Amino acid sequence: MTQLISLFTSAVIFGTVILYGAVGEIITEKSGNLNLGMPGIMYLGGIAGLATAFFYEMYTPEPIPALSLVLSFLAAVAASMLGGLIYAFLTITLRANQNVTGLTLTIFGAGLANFFGSSLTTLAGGVGQISVAATSRAFRAYIPELGGLGALGKMFFSFGFMVYLAIAIALVASWFLNYSRVGLNLRAVGEDPATADAAGINVTRYKYLATCIGAGISGLGGLYYTLDYIKGAWTTGSAIESLGWLAVALVIFATWRPARAVWSAYLFGVLYWVYNYIGGLNRSSVELFKMLPYIVTIVVLVAVSMRRSKEAQPPKSLGLSYFREER
Amino acid sequence: MNHREPLIHIAKRDGMAWWQAWLIRLASLVLALVVCALFIYSITRMNPVSVYASMWDGAFGTKRRIWITLRDTMMLLCIGVGLAPAFMMRFWNIGAEGQILVGGCATAAVMIYGGATLPTWALLALSAAVSIVAGAVWGLIPALFKARWNTNETLFTLMMNYIAIQITCFLIPKWENPVGSNSVGVINQRTQAGWFPSLFGQQYMLNVILVLTLTVVMFLYLKYTKQGYEIRVVGESENTARYAGISVRRVIIRTMAISGAICGISGFMAVAGSGHTISTGAAGGRGFTAIIVAWMAKFNTFVMILIALLLVFLEKGAIEIASTFKLTDYASDVVKGIILFFLLGSEFFIQYSVRFRHSHKKEAEA
Repeated sequence: MTQLISLFTSAVIFGTVILYGAVGEIITEKSGNLNLGMPGIMYLGGIAGLATAFFYEMYTPEPIPALSLVLSFLAAVAASMLGGLIYAFLTITLRANQNVTGLTLTIFGAGLANFFGSSLTTLAGGVGQISVAATSRAFRAYIPELGGLGALGKMFFSFGFMVYLAIAIALVASWFLNYSRVGLNLRAVGEDPATADAAGINVTRYKYLATCIGAGISGLGGLYYTLDYIKGAWTTGSAIESLGWLAVALVIFATWRPARAVWSAYLFGVLYWVYNYIGGLNRSSVELFKMLPYIVTIVVLVAVSMRRSKEAQPPKSLGLSYFREER
Repeated sequence: MNHREPLIHIAKRDGMAWWQAWLIRLASLVLALVVCALFIYSITRMNPVSVYASMWDGAFGTKRRIWITLRDTMMLLCIGVGLAPAFMMRFWNIGAEGQILVGGCATAAVMIYGGATLPTWALLALSAAVSIVAGAVWGLIPALFKARWNTNETLFTLMMNYIAIQITCFLIPKWENPVGSNSVGVINQRTQAGWFPSLFGQQYMLNVILVLTLTVVMFLYLKYTKQGYEIRVVGESENTARYAGISVRRVIIRTMAISGAICGISGFMAVAGSGHTISTGAAGGRGFTAIIVAWMAKFNTFVMILIALLLVFLEKGAIEIASTFKLTDYASDVVKGIILFFLLGSEFFIQYSVRFRHSHKKEAEA
């Protein structure tokens, strides 16, 4: 039982990172933009939030954790939206290829974040690694009365606020895409931009906004990773990148539906951590278990393409740029 | 409503003299280098001119450095050459990273299990063969689904990368040396069995010869053979291809087998010809960088040489600067990203002409 609870909580924490990424990517993809720069955007969000908290804690004699939290949150959103803007400008205005631009953004974002992540302390004239304990505690704070309610409290109320925020954003995004006029317009843009254009929808504006807002949401995944998941530190390397690609996989698994992404994200978390709870595995077979989320995604991808059900398809114009004069 | 002419008027160009196109690319490159210099200056306060002098030194400063730069250029070029046919067919093979890794794992397996018994020429031939097969299989799996059910290949090949990474992680503990290090270490360090031999006294000469041969062959294949023509037609329009009696399925499957096989060879070269070890970093993101190389060269394998060289030069140069200032190598990825953004953006100005309202009016009057 305790094992199951701990699997559940670690799955939720893991799932939250990729849930942010996936919901942001779903909104972006609904406009017809396949943003493969999403891992890079998560990096940008993660480092911007962490760096802000770091400088705030360093230069303020008595830092207020709540203020630091707000500042780093805003910085993460701003940085990731800037990343999205680079992608949007290149693919929408300058009509560059989406895949290539996205991959470049991933290289750039990962490079920038890892560069500052590993040399920020050196650059600021200090020694050692970045550590923002106070801010991270604020991110991980929960209501002690609820969190202390035994197993129930541990499973549902012991997380930092960003876990619940992720669910809320996913549900709002789901409502937005299915019921609001703007959301339906956005889907029209992603399905058939020429028709949407003829119907009087400003395709360029929709694509820009969807890409930038989507990037802002994805970036929160990076913020959650640095300030909550690894408790206010930086790990140089490709950890966020592989989580980012997993979030891209989650978009497929959830068949472009944000509400479905919520439980799918936690399922990915379970699949990712399940090896910890299976006895008799050695170092090498553990690695085979870590393949599970990717294999499951491929199976879903193939199944979706075989069934050809109208509901589960990617947006029709996904990956294609739209030029009015080339219809 | 007051109808005004839009501020900016964009029109597709009919075509541009090649030297004009290259002038635009050169201009964007210069602009990008200025931005990079600003980035480096803001961090290191180093004089921007000496930044590039120092970068040059990092890439070409000594004979050894030149050869390392050359080796890495060849690696990137090889992957780009492998990706060219797939991209020409508009098949988004994002899975080069995985195809390289399985090729590398296959080579490492041959070197480890056959190192004590087989002579080097046999090891090399066998490694090449198994890595070609491994890479081709890795490329074929998504291609089969694409051909049969039109399964999205961008996402499929992307997932295959991570399966390949996990397979590598699975193999590393089995092959680790020394035990407990969780890394494979240099394979056959003492005997050098299965390593690329030195040619003309140069350790990496074989890499250069191998890749340049592939580059020429691929150029000819794409430009002058019937199969290359079929690839181009499928890439332009699948319907046209069908109408012309080309079996689109067969072209997709055949081309991806070739593409995967060449990426497999890159893995063979990464293990037997340069690193002599296998790790999840054996491909090192080159599979992704090569996508950009292949795309920007418009599938012309000779142009790829230039772009690959430029990127490797930047990488080596940035690493040199970073190590001088005790910063991390990731600076090179930042520089790479900036340059690529500019080059990607510059293509717009080659394909389209942009006129402002004002200048347009003047033109009309004249």
